[in-house]
Parts: sequence; C-alpha cells; structure tokens
Amino acid sequence: MTPVSLSGTAAPARRPLHPLRLLRTLLPALSLILILAAIAYLNPRAISYFGFNLMLNLAIPIALATLAQMFVITINELDLSIGTFVGFVGCVTATWLHDQPLLGIAVLAGGVAVYAGLGVLIHLRNLPSIVVTLGMSFVWQGLAILLLPKPGGKAPDWLLGMMGLKPPFVPFPVVAAIVIAVVVHFGLMRSSYGAVLRGAGGNGQAIDRAGWSLLKTKMIMFGLAGVFGVFSGLALIGITTSADANIGNGYTLLSIAGVILGGGEFVGGRVSPIGAVIGALTLALAASPLLTFMHIPPDWQVGANGIILIVVLAARALLGRRGG
Amino acid sequence: MPAADTIIELRDVARHYGAVRALDGVTFSIGTGECVGLVGHNGAGKSTLMHVLAGTGTPDRGSITVNGAQQGGYAVEVAHRLGVRCVFQELSLCPNLTVAENTRISHAALKGWGWNRRAASLIMGKLDEIFPGHGIAPGDVVGDLAIGKRQMVEVARAFTVTDEPLQLVILDEPTSSLDAHTAAQLLAYVRRSVAAGVSCILISHLLGEILDTSDRIVIMRDGKVVASDAATAFDRDRLVATMGAAAVHERAAAAAAEGPRSTAVMVSARPPGEDSAADLVAHEGEIIGLAGLAGHGQTRLLIDIFDAGAGRSGGLTVAAPVALVAGDRQTDGIFPLWSIAANIGIRSLNKLRRGLLLSRELETGMAEDWQQRISIRTPDLTNNILSLSGGNQQKALFARALGSDARIILMDDPMRGVDIGTKLEVYDLIREEARQGRTFLWYTTETEELSNCDRVYVFRDGRIVAALDRSELTEEKVIQSSFAEAAP
Repeated sequence: MTPVSLSGTAAPARRPLHPLRLLRTLLPALSLILILAAIAYLNPRAISYFGFNLMLNLAIPIALATLAQMFVITINELDLSIGTFVGFVGCVTATWLHDQPLLGIAVLAGGVAVYAGLGVLIHLRNLPSIVVTLGMSFVWQGLAILLLPKPGGKAPDWLLGMMGLKPPFVPFPVVAAIVIAVVVHFGLMRSSYGAVLRGAGGNGQAIDRAGWSLLKTKMIMFGLAGVFGVFSGLALIGITTSADANIGNGYTLLSIAGVILGGGEFVGGRVSPIGAVIGALTLALAASPLLTFMHIPPDWQVGANGIILIVVLAARALLGRRGG
Repeated sequence: MPAADTIIELRDVARHYGAVRALDGVTFSIGTGECVGLVGHNGAGKSTLMHVLAGTGTPDRGSITVNGAQQGGYAVEVAHRLGVRCVFQELSLCPNLTVAENTRISHAALKGWGWNRRAASLIMGKLDEIFPGHGIAPGDVVGDLAIGKRQMVEVARAFTVTDEPLQLVILDEPTSSLDAHTAAQLLAYVRRSVAAGVSCILISHLLGEILDTSDRIVIMRDGKVVASDAATAFDRDRLVATMGAAAVHERAAAAAAEGPRSTAVMVSARPPGEDSAADLVAHEGEIIGLAGLAGHGQTRLLIDIFDAGAGRSGGLTVAAPVALVAGDRQTDGIFPLWSIAANIGIRSLNKLRRGLLLSRELETGMAEDWQQRISIRTPDLTNNILSLSGGNQQKALFARALGSDARIILMDDPMRGVDIGTKLEVYDLIREEARQGRTFLWYTTETEELSNCDRVYVFRDGRIVAALDRSELTEEKVIQSSFAEAAP
C-alpha cells in the first residue's frame, strides 16, 4: 500500500542525532561535576556543608550577574557595563540603602529604569550595544567612586541576615542557585511570552511580522538585566558586608563566560538559564577553591582559570559541530 | 467581481523604493472562497504587493478596503485581526524555537497554563491534515529541520486558527523547497480550504501549479497588473507570453544533440548509503541530474564531492576544482552585508589580486562582465546584494561559480523561487558552459529541469536507486523510482 511506504519515506533521520545533542545539553553539568570530582579528590573534606558554603558563597552574585548578561545576550546584544553596575549597586547598598532606605530603593529602581532606557536607545537608534554599554560602564564606575571614594560602608542588617541563612542539610548557596535557575527557566523558557522574547533573538523580523513589538522585547530584556544586576549587587554586599567602587569589575567578563559555558550562544537567541547558573557555579569553583587545592600559587591562578575555560568551550564547540 | 463577496480590495496602490517603482498603481481584489494565482517575473512587484496586503509594507498611495470598510492605519496587527496570514518567501520562523513555540509566536491567544501543549496539538493537527506522514515533532527545534520541513511548518502555521478568524492566506512560493509529493499535498489542501470558504493567494513560478490550483490568475509586470482572468482562460503559453518571458527558448534542451560522452571522468562518487544501484559518474562536459524526493541524500553527496574537491575527504574521485551554487541562498549563499560585486568575486580572489591586495577595479570588472552575460538587474554593482530581488541574487551566485576557475559546478536546487524567464536564461547558460567542457551536477526538485540533463540519478534514503539516460528519462520513471519501495 502506498500510504505505508509514504509514512516510511517521510520520517527521515533527525532522532539519531539525539545522543550527541543530549551530551551537549549536559556538558555544562558534566563540567561542573568534573570540577567537583577534582576538588573531592584533592581535598575530600571540602565536600561538606561548610565546605560548599565557603566555596560557593561568591557564586550567587556571579550567577545573578550571569543571568543579567544572559537576558541581554538572548536578544543578540552584549552588556559590557554589568560589572561596574554591580559595583555601583554595591556602593548604593552599603551607603544609602543602609542609611536612607527610601533613597536607596529609589536610586536602585532608577538604575533599572536606565537599563530599560538603554534597550530603547539601542533599538530606536540602531546603536551597537557594545559601544553603548562600554560607555555606561564608565558612568557607573564614576558614580560608584563619587559615592564611595574609599572602601567602606555597611550592608543593611536584613541583607546580612538573608545571605547568612543556614538552611538544614543543603547549603544556602546551593538552595539559592536552584531557586534562581528554576524561576528564570520557567519565566524565559516555559512561559508563553518567554518564547516571544527568545524569538526576538532568533528572528526579530518574524516577531515583528507576527505583530509583536521588538522595542518592548528589548526594553524588557535590558530591564531584566538591570533587575538581576541589582540582585547581584545586593547579594554581593550581603556577603562582603561592605563595599568598594571596584568590587564588581571582574563580573563583566565572568558573566559572559558563564553564559557561554552554560550552553548559550552570542547570537540567535539560544540561551539556557539553568546552564548559565551552572556555568557561573563552575567558574566560581574553578576560580579559587580548585586551584588552591591544586597548590597553584595565586600568581598563576588567573591564567589556570582561563585554561580551564578554554578547554570546556573547546569541548562544547567540538560537540556542537558534530551534533549541529 | 460582486462587491458583497470581496474581502480585500486594493485601489491604485503604489510603492516606490528610491527610483524603483515596485508597485505602480495596482488595483486588486479577492473574493471569499477564491484562489487567485499571482504570477510575474522576479521584480514584477508580487512580493511588494503581498507585503502591502499583510500590513508589513505601507503603500505610498492608494486605498485598502477590507470587508467593505476602508482601512486607515492598515498594519500587521490589523491584518492579523482581520484574518490575513502570509507565508513569506524568505522563511519567517525563529530557528532557535521549537515548532510549538513558533506557533505561539503567531497566536497571541496561546498563553497561560498549558499553552505549549495547546500550541503543539494545534500545529500537529494542521500538519497531519496538510502533510500526512510529515515526520515533524512539536518539540523539534526549527533550526534543526531541513529547509523543506521548515517550509511545511510555516505553511501549516498559517492555516492554524485560534481566536482570530482566518479569511485570507497568502502563499509566496510555498512549494519552492518542497518535493513534488509534499507540494501536491499542499495544493490539494489549498483546494480543500478554498472550498471551505477561505481565500487564498498563490504566488508561484511553477506555472503548472498556478494553472491547476487557481480559480483566477493575475499577471503582474513592472509593478502593474497586466492581466486578470479565469484560470481556464489561460494555458502555459499564454501565461508565459503575457508575463513577457521569452517563450521561444522552450525546449531548446531537446535540440541539443547528444554530446561527447567518452571524455575524461571528472567525478566518480558513491553515496554513503549501502547498496546503491550505481555509482555517480560524471564525464567532462556532461550535465548530471540528481533527482528524487527532497532531503534524500542529494545535498549530502554534493557536499561530500565539494569537500573532496577541496581535499578534505577521501573515497571520492574529483578531478578538477569545484564550485557550489547554493540553493538555500539566505543561509548558504550570499554574504548579506557585502556588495553584489564582492559577492560575485569571492570565489575568484586569486584572480582579482594585484600584488598582495585585492583590486577593486578587477572585482568590478568581473562583476560587470557577468552582469552583461546574465543580465543582473541593478543600477549599480556596488549596491548591497540584498537590494536585488531573489532571482537576481541567485544569478549573482551563478556568476560567482561560473566566473571562477572551477571545472565542476555543483548546483543544490538553485532555481528555488526563480522566475521562468531567468530560469530559461540560466538553462541556456548551463548548456553553453557544458559544451565548453564544464561539468555540472544538478540537484533539482523540479522534474521539468531534469530534461536539461544528460543523465539522471534518482536518490532514495541516501542511495542511488536508478540511473536514467536522457533517452529513457520520463517524469513517471523518476517518480516511480523515488517512491517504489516494493516495486518489482
């Protein structure tokens, strides 16, 4: 019978690619497990409640900044100001938010509004986001230095209390990372408007033709980047208890690396919030704990960190080529 | 046209791009449950007209009336609300999203809990209805699908209905990436939905499709409607003549006598699939056709041959430099940010060098030479390649391959969405080049084109299942070998 042969011919091979695709999806998690295994091998005592608390403490602000970056990368833009913005938020948190909470909240809300405004500017004037955000990075840095010329200030007590939580059995950074990843995953990957937001990065013209506002998607995504930048700055100050104008400078490149490590791509709206959080955790672990346990002197740690990054990205590119 | 039945009417619509009059006072209307076939050369203004109807392009002057009400600020949202859908020639799916998510993009009503499941069942139901046995899953990421399947998803999506009505579907070259079988499924579905009261505008360069499917045919030339009549009043020759194409070219292919066949072997290849009926062998000066349903290993083999030509894979014999004319020109063919001249010259950079640097004059010279030979329609070759219409972009890709030092030209279904006038010109060019000793490997989804070939290999499931010489080539045989699973 013809119908039988037809269905036979019309179902060709895509499924056989699945194992590789699966491997590629799991790569961020695999690299995290690999790093954890290395740490466990070098220092078994680190794999404990307090060990994780110590090692992953700084991972939460990095994960939040990485998600902020991810929102911007989703719509094919790049944010070079996220690091100094986190620093600026930190300075506001340790000064105004502590002394005059209302002023502090207003300033932080203003920062988010400025971010959303950058999205509008970039879309309407068709400006390269790299240039705009590079410029803004100097603005945030300058404001932070004006606010807090010398390291100092004090974190609000409620923030210290929140970041110092000690939930039973599972260390706080792990709980926080899971909650953050799941919330953003549902918001961006599973909600119906999330599909539109990602579609804007995949094929903006198609979104436009379907009657959605591209301006709105850019505004929302940059606005969300601002919101998560604020969260990142708050979390950072909650851990460090005081601020410094340069405290977040390293976050810009860390956040970009985290997104890519987590399976995201610079263009095309292909991102993964869960991957990004895992990427941020991997970066945080690979940065100092692993290398300290490997007895690598601090002078060489930054370089070693870079090499780990290159190895993971190379593995991903390799899998991507065969799976794609 | 009885006014009560007219759903959309355009009156004296004009649109200019700089000095180019894309639309020059077009009056056009379509009634309920009518299928209008729209034909014309590349650049005749069909796509611009569609953009006006879909609300994505605003006319410079003229009026649009929908359901008897004149539209002031006609735009995409209004068109959606009134039930006007458009399948554009360049695919408008988001490659990073799944099939279900792409369905959601075009339906604002698909939201809230379970939207993904509802979107999936909506699009799957429609795909099953139009293309039974399509082999697409709702969770498939569109970018992973072959171009033919992407087109199936896009067409099916246009016919899905949620809370907004469906009045008019505009299909701009909907079959350009479909094989004969799925194209027939689609056209049959178009007839069914027209019978159910949906109106349809069908744009196609395949005149057979237009003649068989439409109730009425509208012909455009130079931004104007030049004829509009019942489909039964037309035949192929009258269509071609009215479009202004050179009808005299017809069947020059048959006249080209059997050429030299004992020349050197240029390509010898065996598809990776087991137990092929034959090896693919191409001699110097031959035009070899690759046929069969879309996506059955033809493109794969062309790419293998291309890699072998560049010394990147073994197992194949390729005796001369190779150039590839891509079919999916948006992704594989053009450099969208470059000028026309730079797009033509990229395959021949060594020839265009003066010392260590590229010479702008040599590049422009080469481009001008080819502009004359295959009449690329543009005022200035330094314009961006995207300023050309689709068919002219494809001509530029031909110029890139034919202008190079390649002796073997691979063509991956290059005539997608190209008008018949251009096609006839390019066929002549290919035969001319073959006579001068170039070898062509030509994958095509249009059976008619195979008549230009000296020998045709039919593919199924990555294997060659038949090798037909020109004398024994018929459409029936090709279709038979493409399908015959259990044929004796």
